[in-house]
Amino acid sequence: MNQEPLKTVPLLELAHARSGDKGDTANVGVIAYDEEDYSLIVEQVTAERVKKHFGSMVKGPVERFRLDNLHAVNFLLHGALDGGGTVSLMTDAQGKVFSTALLRMELKVPAEVARRVRGRGRLPPERADR
Amino acid sequence: MIRIASGQGFWGDDLEAPVRQVEGGPIDYLMLDYLAEVTMSIMQKQRSRDPAAGYARDFPGLMERIFPACVKRGIKVVTNAGGVNPQECARAVAEAGRRAGMGGHARVGVVSGDDLMDRLDELLESGHPLRNMDTGEPLQPFRDRVRSANVYLGARPIVDALSGGALVVVTGRSTDTALTYAPMVCEFGWPWDAYGLLASGVVAGHINECGAQASGGNCLAEWWTIPDLAEVGFPIIETAPDGTFIVTKHPGLGGAVTLRTVKEQILYEMGDPATYITPDVTADFTTIRLTDEGPDRVGVHGIRGRPPTPFLKVSIAYAAGYKAVGTLVYAWPDAAEKARAAAAILRRRLDRQGLAFDRVLVELVGWDSTHGPLAGDPPGDLPEVQLRVAVRSGDRRAVERFSREIAPLVLTGPPTVTGFAGGRPRVQEIMAYWPALIDRSVVEPGLSVDLVSV
Repeated sequence: MNQEPLKTVPLLELAHARSGDKGDTANVGVIAYDEEDYSLIVEQVTAERVKKHFGSMVKGPVERFRLDNLHAVNFLLHGALDGGGTVSLMTDAQGKVFSTALLRMELKVPAEVARRVRGRGRLPPERADR
Repeated sequence: MIRIASGQGFWGDDLEAPVRQVEGGPIDYLMLDYLAEVTMSIMQKQRSRDPAAGYARDFPGLMERIFPACVKRGIKVVTNAGGVNPQECARAVAEAGRRAGMGGHARVGVVSGDDLMDRLDELLESGHPLRNMDTGEPLQPFRDRVRSANVYLGARPIVDALSGGALVVVTGRSTDTALTYAPMVCEFGWPWDAYGLLASGVVAGHINECGAQASGGNCLAEWWTIPDLAEVGFPIIETAPDGTFIVTKHPGLGGAVTLRTVKEQILYEMGDPATYITPDVTADFTTIRLTDEGPDRVGVHGIRGRPPTPFLKVSIAYAAGYKAVGTLVYAWPDAAEKARAAAAILRRRLDRQGLAFDRVLVELVGWDSTHGPLAGDPPGDLPEVQLRVAVRSGDRRAVERFSREIAPLVLTGPPTVTGFAGGRPRVQEIMAYWPALIDRSVVEPGLSVDLVSV
């Protein structure tokens, strides 16, 4: 049954997230919508991959912590906030929207997963003009 | 079971939220968090101009509105609104109580001893270097620029105030979480070495401390499904004596409490989740178990904790130069290219004057100011973009000169530019944050709890 090739989907369709700051470090908590997708996230959204994803936006190392009970992982992006707090010149000095910046990352998932999660994370078209 | 309602997530949060918490249904405690890392230095500045200032000034006004209901129903209020002047805050709260006709009906507890500003030289000279936790540098070379220094206190003095009969407890720099778990320790008589119970209280406090962020506000998961955020109900923690608790909200109010909203708040501003350090316990957030207990009810249990460290965290603010932000709006066609061209012209003018900046940051709001290079290249048909240039320098004159270089771009730079109605950019002094550790034995004997009659 698993003969279909893997599909590419944005992390946005598998997880929601919230980000914030501690000094010059941004944190991004990534939470699987469905328990069954947590292992895909753990396998593919590694600290190394997140560091590469953000490129010049994160000057220091990236750390990852697992919260298996919550089907969530927490990332610390060190040196992401231009000094942080009141020192930072950035619009997003408190790292509030690093969440969706991380959810832009693309994952390879089985075709049936891609079908199940399709369109998640964005306003459904039928609600768009409300 | 006791109900601890969250009424304020920061200084400047929804002013009506605490009133909705009191009027919207049964609660036993109302906790109000007013302090962020930068707030203490702002309050210190206010107190240096006026010795009676330096606390969250909207708090006494709020108390005047809710005092009669709190007295009548026995609702206790726990807050860090005292900032750098808890005594004056408590005095203003007592006055507010009398104005509300509650004279003789309540007492206000005041916690002090967190302010280290007057002891700073003595501490530095007696072998407490107050090294920056991030950089390892000692504080001494920055001493003259320090504007505030406060220790994060735990729940003990709040518990003392509540046990002493305070209806309202006003603290300075207490931890945000202590405002929620101090009532639990007081009501249930939890011993200070019951680390699992205390850790449960800390998790409850973390969920409560950002107000509506746990009950549907700022929720990314299907945000369009969260009902009536205009009248959002802030979270309420229903705690049992065994430390298990339910996160909920008043049924008549908007927002939502779901596994998703609670998980997002648990992860907010999280470091190493297994080691969440507070003055009273080190909580392990990886042990949290959540259950769906029906509409707007999430159960929380299973939390473990470890003994606290021998240190307390000190929040220090010091003057670290100046900054300013200038903006202009460029319209179609070629909006992004025009904005970038304008930024290049500005850079050349600043360079030619030999001005020294530690940093110059150029962002295009509407294109890359939030996701940076991940946003890719802007399309040529972008309808408009805001050019945002920010500078930082130790030299105030350089920042002031920058603030005079934005307006000239309107007549001397690329076309279709507007949006300069706000005037010259404001030069701001930067108050930087310096986190440090100190032996708790140096601080704890100096803590005091006073009771003020209304």
